[in-house]
Amino acid sequence: MTAAMNAKTIITTCPYCGVGCGILATVDDAIAHKVTIQGDPDHPSNFGKLCSKGSALGDTVSMENRLLHPEVDGIPCDWNTALDTVADSLTSVIRQYGPDSVAFYVSGQLLTEDYYVVNKFMKGFIGSANIDTNSRLCMSSAVTGFKRAFGADAVPCSYEDLEAAELIVLTGSNTAWCHPVVFQRILRAKENNPALKIVVIDPRQTATCDSADLHLAIKPGMDSLLFNGLLAYLAQTDALDNDYIAAHTQDFEWALQSARNTAGSIEAVAQDCGLSSADVEKFYGWYANTAKTVTVYSQGVNQSASGSDKCNAIINCHLATGRIGKPGMGPFSFTGQPNAMGGREVGGLANTLAAHMELDNPEHIDRVARFWQTDRIATRPGLKAVELFDAIDAGTVKAVWIIATNPVVTLPDADKVKNALKRCDLVIVSDCIKNTDTVDLAHVRLPAAGWSEKNGTVTNMERRISRQRPLFPFSGSARPDWWIVSQVAARMGFKHAFAYRSCADIFREHAALSGFENNREDQPRDFDISAFGDLTEDAYDLLQPVQWPVTKKNPNGTARLFTDGKFYTASQKARFIAIRPRPPVNKPDPNYPFTLNTGRLRDQWHTMTRTGLSAKLNAHKPEPFVEIHPLDASRHNLQAHDLATISSLWGNMIARVVITENQQPGSLFVPMHWTAQLTSRGRVGALVNPVVDPHSGQPESKQTPAAITPYRALWYAMLLSRSPLVPGDIEYRVTIKGDAFTRYELADRTPFPSWRDWLRSLSGEPNTPHCLEYSDPERGIYRSALIIDDRLEVCLFVSSTPPLPETGWLESLFAQPQINKEERLRLLSALPPEGQEDCGRLVCSCFNVGEKSIAKAVREFNLANTEQIGQRLSAGTGCGSCLPELKRFLPKQ
Amino acid sequence: MKQKLVVIGNGMAGMRTVEALIESAPGLYDITVFGAEPYGNYNRILLTPVLFGEKRIDDIMIHDFAWYRKHHITLHCGPDKTVIDVDRNRRCVIAKDGTEALYDRLLIATGSLPLILPIPGRNTEGVMSFREIADVEAMIAKSRSKRHAIVLGGGLLGLEAANGLKQRGMHVTVINRADHLLNRQLDNEAGDLLKLQLESKGLHFKLGCTIENIISQNGHIAEVELSDGSFLPADLLIMATGIKPNIELAKTIGLDCEQGIVVDDTLQTSDSSIYSVGECVQHRGELFGLVAPVYEQAKVCARQLSHRSNSRYQSLLPATRLKVTGIDLFSAGDFNGGEQCEQIVFKDPALHIYKKLVIKNRRIAGIVLYGDTGDSAWYLDCLKNRTDISPYRDCLIFGRPPLPVAA
Repeated sequence: MTAAMNAKTIITTCPYCGVGCGILATVDDAIAHKVTIQGDPDHPSNFGKLCSKGSALGDTVSMENRLLHPEVDGIPCDWNTALDTVADSLTSVIRQYGPDSVAFYVSGQLLTEDYYVVNKFMKGFIGSANIDTNSRLCMSSAVTGFKRAFGADAVPCSYEDLEAAELIVLTGSNTAWCHPVVFQRILRAKENNPALKIVVIDPRQTATCDSADLHLAIKPGMDSLLFNGLLAYLAQTDALDNDYIAAHTQDFEWALQSARNTAGSIEAVAQDCGLSSADVEKFYGWYANTAKTVTVYSQGVNQSASGSDKCNAIINCHLATGRIGKPGMGPFSFTGQPNAMGGREVGGLANTLAAHMELDNPEHIDRVARFWQTDRIATRPGLKAVELFDAIDAGTVKAVWIIATNPVVTLPDADKVKNALKRCDLVIVSDCIKNTDTVDLAHVRLPAAGWSEKNGTVTNMERRISRQRPLFPFSGSARPDWWIVSQVAARMGFKHAFAYRSCADIFREHAALSGFENNREDQPRDFDISAFGDLTEDAYDLLQPVQWPVTKKNPNGTARLFTDGKFYTASQKARFIAIRPRPPVNKPDPNYPFTLNTGRLRDQWHTMTRTGLSAKLNAHKPEPFVEIHPLDASRHNLQAHDLATISSLWGNMIARVVITENQQPGSLFVPMHWTAQLTSRGRVGALVNPVVDPHSGQPESKQTPAAITPYRALWYAMLLSRSPLVPGDIEYRVTIKGDAFTRYELADRTPFPSWRDWLRSLSGEPNTPHCLEYSDPERGIYRSALIIDDRLEVCLFVSSTPPLPETGWLESLFAQPQINKEERLRLLSALPPEGQEDCGRLVCSCFNVGEKSIAKAVREFNLANTEQIGQRLSAGTGCGSCLPELKRFLPKQ
Repeated sequence: MKQKLVVIGNGMAGMRTVEALIESAPGLYDITVFGAEPYGNYNRILLTPVLFGEKRIDDIMIHDFAWYRKHHITLHCGPDKTVIDVDRNRRCVIAKDGTEALYDRLLIATGSLPLILPIPGRNTEGVMSFREIADVEAMIAKSRSKRHAIVLGGGLLGLEAANGLKQRGMHVTVINRADHLLNRQLDNEAGDLLKLQLESKGLHFKLGCTIENIISQNGHIAEVELSDGSFLPADLLIMATGIKPNIELAKTIGLDCEQGIVVDDTLQTSDSSIYSVGECVQHRGELFGLVAPVYEQAKVCARQLSHRSNSRYQSLLPATRLKVTGIDLFSAGDFNGGEQCEQIVFKDPALHIYKKLVIKNRRIAGIVLYGDTGDSAWYLDCLKNRTDISPYRDCLIFGRPPLPVAA
């Protein structure tokens, strides 16, 4: 901490993606939860940079929608009552039905300490491994891939390797939007080293592709084939590192044979992947000729019924070329959550034990039991996420405790999950948010501390452990998850094992376990932070970001694994896995002719419980949408701005149509974020097929056969209101929180008797003189605005046909304490008076720059590159996440 | 020798014609004017401000006596100079007091008379119309000593009178047979808005009813009985139920008359030496009550009289631009709409603004603007030119698009 720094500036870590950016949070007002967020220039993951989401964290720490007190059956109560209820209920269920009748479903959002305690409680003391985590949905295939290849869940690389690389292959990763700060590091590396090539493999033309030297718009799900083809090509072109293969690997022949059998010719691979042979050959050639290659893979690879195989197909190529454990090389799995890695370390998955030990290894089980001093430890793997909710649905699991996650939105076949929870005897949910689709179904609600209040550690995707530190005292009765779980454990008779006084206590125990009996030269365990086993409270508070392993021998951590060519398998050699590529399980058919792909957006996080509170973050993509290729759109009678019903065998939803060539024909893309809190029919999880990878249990969230049809409403409406309204039961409803207003997009197929009466009852303002109205019944148009004391309170735009007018200028009027007469008279036209400009849809969240302003500046000042746009408008000079989008405003070269 | 032009009627229509004539053809005629009121030509529209006390009689004179002298116009004015006959054979105009004037061309501009409904008791003291300076003087006198004024008629004139009397401190009730005000100029909605706005200024209204009976006491009006059976105290009753063309003289002398003096597009009557303009004429079946078409007639007639033009009077679109008690109003075309008509409406009750455009076949067919008439000229152009408004329909009512609207 520099001397000049205000005493109230706290160094902490971002709670969103796996990049794990360091943050300097300056508390401006602890009571009002006002905080200024900056990147920590000293943090080795981000060096001061933050993305749009991280930068807007200050908007998300308000008391809005916070769960502040425990509730049992909807009635607020004190902690003793709630904890007794939970302990007594779990005890009674376990007594009657056994330990496997309870389950935990937890989260990569938990801090390592919380995660450790809940795992210890479940696996060590309740005695069941029915604890799984939302990381199952995100990177369990990557875990399987690493474990199969390396004998341990060990990510070999560091971010530095991206900077040292000369070829970066980004496969199944929209890095630009999902890991923006690392993507900016890649872009800077490319600036510094023009020889660095970037290849993007993605069915979609994403923002990441804008910076790529080569984009392979692969047919959905064909990654294994492409990488098998690469392995065959490497062998054929003598690009293998035969010495490495011989010295440090096993089973190469099997893998190569399988690669040759399935992907022996570039032409066949190209055809099956929907690519041109020339592009495939170019990629293979670059790979063969570039030693310093990093392959980054993420959900596009993992979220697949053959996700593990895809990971191993990628790893195979790195092993075959010896490109691992050296600077600028390696297979690099990008995780989606802030502590997905921490979760892996504590054994958050149903098939793993703490400290990277395994539930299928009796020696490990014995060791952990001795360490925990328990005779109740689980001895076999538990139910993985999808199976777990199936078991709840089937009634074999009677009680579930969900912590810091929202499975009713994020799991595949999400309506089934919802119904399963509805019929479950006991649903306990710990969350910091009062209303989520999952919390709404809970019998017991436990108020957890939020990001700004929690204390502990997280591990990012380069194995870097960083501290998250509290900015504010706990709100209301909120408590850390480790405390809640420990209290319940104590009440169930395990007080001796859960007598933690602080999170440092837990961290020390976690660290000690990682070093416990971890000294066998022939069988070391990768996860070892034993150096922290006796960390003092002060040292814990001051803990600097560090990459594990951190041992007495290596007290400063380890940037890169496998530098000695030794792996964690029994033979200490890396294993090749023979891969037989498999297409997605469910194939499109005439009824469901599209492949539905899901994914993240730049400015939203998961189920929007926090990012959805930030007006700025809602502005980029305010509504759930479906992307479709122009040919498909015209074939299915869809126009831009239409609404469409998207359906699969499992469920359906309504979304706004976005027609774009970024989407390949035959594919649809829908973002994953929207919930029933914010939309009536916007949950894409309801459509996703509940098909899982047989090895990892990870769902195939990116390939579901789906159909799309126009949703022709009788009316479409856009409602803006200064105070939130309850528009009622409307078929299509989206709630968008804005700056000083809430926006509702509405549509329905039943006629409305009277808009005027509806608006009056909705706004509680019966006094019509305050109401401006515009109507053109022939066009089905009704518009109204409520203005009180020259302040705009509500405005409503209805039309029988989309699109409704653009809202930018109208939204800006809510920021004004008063509107003038000219604005008032133009209001219902939605067209700003001359001289007042609508800046258009938000592009740059950091500096609030809209597309119209950018287009105008580019036109008027003949701007030729993003730097010039930045100089003129500041756009793109903050987090840089919008740089790919800015490029699209520049004149075509 | 100069030709002689005689004008019967010293009002706005006749004198506008004379003014235009002496401007375009000075000295062409010897001009003689007969007027039944003892004044020069005054602006009848401004009688309301006189009633308010905002203006004096002098302020509303368009042409005072000096002007007639300056232009060598012989003016015979006053009740004695009321023209009682025209000898078309001799081409001679004869006034009540025997004054005669010969003409080569005669212009009849006798205007209109208030329509007095045949209500029992209508001749009682305290019942009057609102038409001339004398009426205004009488109204002002009454307002000084009396409390209750009744105005029969919710048209423009009635509302002006009501407002004036209210300003003069009287308790005023307007009675109108139609159920909304200004029913010839406004649709229901705008009429209702006007009523609300005027009520907030302290006027009272009884709509959808008429006066059945005028009850007097000591020869002076005391009460009116309404068609709904109610009674209202009344010290003054202004009859403002409309006007009728003043065609007595024209009929007497045998000109073709229907409801008005029938004129052709050159404003000529059935006698080729006699012209007629103003509220007394009937042109292609249409009668007149507003100043704009009347002035247009004056312009055409002056050109005809100067032999220098083949200009023709064409019916203006029935567009009404009004300022009632300070409220801007505009209406034109088929503003009530009807079969196959669509309506685009904007309302801002707090600002007292209401706009309606009647659309038929993608074109503006009718316009009502209340409170904000800024775009009336543009809408009227669109209406006249039959402009297809579909490309900017959704912003039409918000005014002329600032930019060329691309499809």
